[in-house]
Amino acid sequence: MNQTETYNDKVVRQFTIMTVVWGIVGMAVGVLIAAQLWIPQLNFDVAWLSYGRLRPLHTNAVIFAFGGSALFATCYYIVQRTCHVRLFSDRLAAFTFWGWQTVIVLAAITLPAGITQSKEYAELEWPIDLLITLVWVAFAVVFFGTIAKRRVKHIYVANWFYAAFIITVAVLHIVNNLAIPVSAGKSYILFSGAVDAMVQWWYAHNAVGFFLTAGFLGMMYYFVPKQAQRPIYSYRLSVVHFWALISTYMWAGPHHLHYTSMPDWLQSLGMVFSLILLAPSWGGMINGMMTLSGAWHKLRTDPILKFMIVALSFYGMSTFEGPMMSIKTVNSLSHYTDWTVGHVHSGALGWVALMTIGSVYVLTPRLFNKTEMYSTKLIDVHFWISTIGVVLYIASMWIAGVMQGLMWRAFNDDGTLTYTFIETIAATKPYYAIRLAGGLLFLSGMFVMAYNMIKTIRGEAPAPVPVRQPA
Amino acid sequence: MNTGWSIFIIVVTIANILGCWWLLHWSSKHKADIADSDTTGHRWDGDLQELNKPLPRWWLILFNITIVFGLVYLVLYPGLGNFEGVYKWTQDKRYQSELQAAEAQREQVFAQFAEMDFDALVREPAALQTGQRIFANHCAMCHGSDARGAPGFPNLRDQDWLYGSDADALHTSIADGRQGVMPPFGSVLGEQGIWETVAYVQSLSGQNASPGLVEKGKAHYQALCIACHGPEGRGNQILGAPNLTDDIWLHGGSPDSIAAAISEGRTNRMPPHKELIGEQRVPLVAAYVASLSAADADHGQDEH
Repeated sequence: MNQTETYNDKVVRQFTIMTVVWGIVGMAVGVLIAAQLWIPQLNFDVAWLSYGRLRPLHTNAVIFAFGGSALFATCYYIVQRTCHVRLFSDRLAAFTFWGWQTVIVLAAITLPAGITQSKEYAELEWPIDLLITLVWVAFAVVFFGTIAKRRVKHIYVANWFYAAFIITVAVLHIVNNLAIPVSAGKSYILFSGAVDAMVQWWYAHNAVGFFLTAGFLGMMYYFVPKQAQRPIYSYRLSVVHFWALISTYMWAGPHHLHYTSMPDWLQSLGMVFSLILLAPSWGGMINGMMTLSGAWHKLRTDPILKFMIVALSFYGMSTFEGPMMSIKTVNSLSHYTDWTVGHVHSGALGWVALMTIGSVYVLTPRLFNKTEMYSTKLIDVHFWISTIGVVLYIASMWIAGVMQGLMWRAFNDDGTLTYTFIETIAATKPYYAIRLAGGLLFLSGMFVMAYNMIKTIRGEAPAPVPVRQPA
Repeated sequence: MNTGWSIFIIVVTIANILGCWWLLHWSSKHKADIADSDTTGHRWDGDLQELNKPLPRWWLILFNITIVFGLVYLVLYPGLGNFEGVYKWTQDKRYQSELQAAEAQREQVFAQFAEMDFDALVREPAALQTGQRIFANHCAMCHGSDARGAPGFPNLRDQDWLYGSDADALHTSIADGRQGVMPPFGSVLGEQGIWETVAYVQSLSGQNASPGLVEKGKAHYQALCIACHGPEGRGNQILGAPNLTDDIWLHGGSPDSIAAAISEGRTNRMPPHKELIGEQRVPLVAAYVASLSAADADHGQDEH
C-alpha cells in the first residue's frame, strides 16, 4: 500500500472559501430585494437592479453558489475520509471547481442582464446549462470513482445521500432544461403548457429534495457524529429513511400546482406523497438529534454543535410545515402568499445555511492545519445573530402570508372582494420591514464568520494530510 | 390518458407506497438482533461508528398513519390513473358548486335593489356601499380609488361629463363602454396652424394667449373643430366631445398637450363592463358614481 498517499484538500479548501464568499454575495442580494419590497424606490429605476432581475440572481446565488460550493466542499472531504483514499482524479476535481465558479460568474452577469429561460431555479440559458452538465458529469466521475476505489467495504451513510443527490440532480437538470436554442442567449423550452409546468415543478421540488435536503443530510451524517463524537443513532433508521425519502420525494412536485389546470389525479398524488414524506424526512432529524444523546452537555460549550442541532430543528419544522402546506385545503390559503416564502427560508436559512455554517466551522481548522477556529466566542455570537435572524424572518412571513391569504379570499355578501389588492400590500408592508431586519441579521452573521475564518486561515500554508489507514 | 398509462401510474404509485410499508416491516423484524450499546462493527475515518437502535415507536406509528391516510385518500379521490375515486370529486365540480352557492346568496342581496329606480338607489346607503365595493374592484385601477381619475381617465367627482350624467348615460358608459376619438389634424393645419389653433383653444377657457394667434386660430376652429366641439366650444355629449371652455383637461391643459391632441389626435376607450360585472350590478355602480359628483356639487355650493 502506498504509505505516502495524501488527501486532496486543495479543492476542498477552494470550495470552502467560496462557500462563504458566495453566501455573503447571495444573501446581500437577498437583503437588497427584501428592502425593495419594503421601499420600491430602492431599484433606483435601473433595469438590472430591479426586483425581477435580482430575485433569480439571489435564488441562484444562495442555492447553487453558496449551497453548491458547500456541497462540493463537504462531499469531496467526506468521500475521501470515509473511503480512506485520495479523490479519484485531481484534474477533474479542479475542473469542477473552476467550472462551477464560471457558471456562477456567468449567472451573475446574464441574470441581471435579463437573459433568462423564465423557469424558476432554472433560469440560466442553454450555454450555461451545458457547462453545468459537464461539471456535473465530472463531479459524478470523481465521486463514484472515489467510492469505487475505497479501502473499506461498507459505504458510509453520508455517501448514500451524496450519491442520490448527484444522480438525481443530473437527471433533473437535463430533463428540465431541454430546449431548442435560437441564439446564444435565447432558447425555447421543449415542453409547453401544463406539461411544462409539471416538468418545471418536478424539477424544482426535487431540487429542494435532493440538492437542499439529500445533499445536506449527507453533510449532517458526517459532521454531527464527528463533532458530537458519538456513533450514529440507528443504522436501520438510516436505511429506512434514505429509501423512503428518495422514492417519495420524486412524487411531491404537483403540490406546487394545486387548483390549476394540472389534472386532479396528479394533484392528489402530489399531496398524498408529500404527506407520506413527513416521516422519512423526520427520520433524518431523529437520527441526527439522537446521535447527540449522551452528549447533550456539549451544547453548553460548543456553539458549532448548537448550529447543527438548531439546523436539525428547523429541518424538522420545515419538513412538517411542507406536508401540511401540501394539503389542498391548507394550500388554497397559503398558495401565492408570503407564507411560502417564509417556509422556503425556514428550510434555506434554518436548515441549509445553519448546517453549512456548522460544517464549515468544523472543516476550516482541519483544512488549514489549526486545532480550532480563531474565536469560539465569535462562533457563539454568529449563532445567536443568525438564529434570531431566521426567527424574525419566518415569523413575519407566517403572519404576512396567513393575513394575505385571508384578505384575498374575504368576500362581502354582495359577492365583491372585501379588500382590493393594494390594501393587502399596504397591510403587508410592516412585515416586510421585519423580514428585512431578519435578513440583515443573518447577513451580518456571515461577516462575523468571514472575519473569524480569515483570522483562522492566516499563517503558514497547510501541509498535505496523509490518508488514514482503515480500522 | 390511455389505459396503459393509467395502469402504469396505478402500479408505480401502489408499489411505492407499499414499498415504504415493507421497509418499516423489514426494519422492525431485526429488533432483537443487536443490543442497545452495540455498534454495527463498521468504522470510518477513525471514530465514525453506528448504533442500530430500533425505530422510535411514535415515528413508526406516524409513518403508518400517513400510509393508511394516503391509501384511503386514493380510494376516495381521483389519483390512481383513470380511477375517479369513490366520491367522483373533481376540482371543476367543486368550483361550480361553490359558485352556485355564492350566486344564490348574492341573488338575495341584489333582489332588494332590483325594484328600485335610479333616484331611489342614489339615496339608498346599502346600494351605494355595494356600488362602492364593485367600483373598488373593477373601476379603481383606472379612475383611482377616490374616483378622481388620472391623465386619460376622467375624474368622476367633478361636474364635467363627456357623455352625460343622467341614469341612461351612466348606464351606457358602464355597460357598453365608450370609444372617444379625436382625429389628427397635424397634416391639415401644419406647424403654424396647430399653434394658432392651440392659442384659440386656450382662449376659450380663459388662458392667456397671443391675440394675433387667437384670431387666426379661430378661423381654423370654425373650419375643422366646430362640428364636434360646437360653435362656443362647449362640446357635445352625444359624441363625447369635451367642453373646451371649463379648464378641465382629460389629457392635460398645457400648450404642448393641446398641440399634441390637435396634431396627432386622441383615442380613448372605456371598456364595456356588462359581461365583466353582470347587468344587475351596473345600476349600482352608476348610482355610486352619480352620488360622488352630487356630493362634490353640494360641497362646492357650501364653499361658494
